[in-house]
Amino acid sequence: MGLKTPLYQTHLAAGARMVDFGGWDMPVNYGSQIEEHHAVRRDAGMFDVSHMLIADVQGKQARDYLRYLLANDVAKLKDAGKALYSCMLNERGGVVDDLIAYRLSDEQYRVVVNAGTRDKDVAWLQQHAQGFSVEVHPRTDLAMLAVQGPNARAKAAGLLGANAPSALALSAFFGCQLGAHFVARTGYTGEDGWEIMLPVAAAAAFWSALRAAGVAACGLGARDTLRLEAGMNLYGNDMDEQRTPLESGLSWTVAFEPADRNFIGRAALQAQRAAGVASKLVGLVLEERGVLRSHQKVLVDGIGEGELTSGTFSPTLQRSIGFARVPAATGERVAVDIRGKLLAARVVKYPFVRNGQALI
Amino acid sequence: MSAIPNDLKYLESHEWARLESDGSVTVGISDHAQSALGDLVFVEVPPVGKTLERGLAAAVVESVKAASDVYTPVSGKVIASNDSLGATPELVNQDPYGQGWLFKIRPTNTAELAALLDAQAYGKIVAEQH
Repeated sequence: MGLKTPLYQTHLAAGARMVDFGGWDMPVNYGSQIEEHHAVRRDAGMFDVSHMLIADVQGKQARDYLRYLLANDVAKLKDAGKALYSCMLNERGGVVDDLIAYRLSDEQYRVVVNAGTRDKDVAWLQQHAQGFSVEVHPRTDLAMLAVQGPNARAKAAGLLGANAPSALALSAFFGCQLGAHFVARTGYTGEDGWEIMLPVAAAAAFWSALRAAGVAACGLGARDTLRLEAGMNLYGNDMDEQRTPLESGLSWTVAFEPADRNFIGRAALQAQRAAGVASKLVGLVLEERGVLRSHQKVLVDGIGEGELTSGTFSPTLQRSIGFARVPAATGERVAVDIRGKLLAARVVKYPFVRNGQALI
Repeated sequence: MSAIPNDLKYLESHEWARLESDGSVTVGISDHAQSALGDLVFVEVPPVGKTLERGLAAAVVESVKAASDVYTPVSGKVIASNDSLGATPELVNQDPYGQGWLFKIRPTNTAELAALLDAQAYGKIVAEQH
């Protein structure tokens, strides 16, 4: 018996198969997760992501606070509504969580963090707010739906009434409060779409209306195959408190410039960079029949060993893909130990798929 | 509620067996098993002519979630395998008792058939696992 989102009964009524995810009872699929995956790549699908935590950060020093807290630099967000993806680090440079931060105004930001790390994150946010003129408000009054796919915005726009044109005008990585809905053009699938935050009481009706508008209900199974194809990390698998962004394929999310911005974990990252980062996160494509899964051993001829951090079977590519942490010197070919057999895999730069197209 | 046809026999490990009129036995995995595994992406069936022993793994079904061994309910020789599962493993999910059959055996020990679970006994096991 876990925590339930406002859509719990809705999922049951829709025939969802439920699983525990980080202490939450969530739908893993409503039938075929492969069909749900294809619906997002080809048309429109939606995910209940209300288990994730939305927190508003408000005050005169909201910007200073977030510039200290986050490895990426919110000073880059020059316009109202602009968002960025960042890790939040501990003093050793290890990742506490990854999140998206939206700048709503000079003194108001919104962050969205992972479900499994909610309590830890709220404590971390509050603890570090102590030194700043800022308040952190968890928004447990809000639910969130991710509507993703080439037709997602068009189908969802029909439910936004007079706000539809403003919503459709949003550029990628921008969010805006439109009436009762906060609409953001962000997502975790590699397709275009929106993440919509709305009052808890309105969530079930909105979900049903989206379904009636032709948006497929999609669960966590499809969510994982989509994000992996899209080259997106999963906290807990691909990075955690013992791993830095530099060894997790997330160097691009760390803003070392300007050099005078102090952020938690900066010193540790600089030291790691100076010494040479020993491992890297790479994409793998299995060349033979089989399925890559986390924790499988990776053998790199003449160099050493690594480990799968995430793996799955890609419905779009029709072969198995994954992320693996391997020694920095690893080249293009590795072997993966799958149930006692060594299978050949090719190292590739991810994303594997973007906007429905295979990139590898 | 998973489907458990009355005219089949079952193993606790969620395989089903159908005694055909010619004395052969057709084997597959149950509706409960396919639902628990999720969409299958690979199915490995035994080659025709292979000798199988009850209690040992005879085939493998693999979904995004997990790879699972399929045990043969009876000992005997494989007389047919479902080759369409190579290209369309989802047949096992869509029609586990029909088009999703895995292999057929010529059994060597008819006493083993009596040791299999009937639909009611298997139904109890499935109910307990929920």
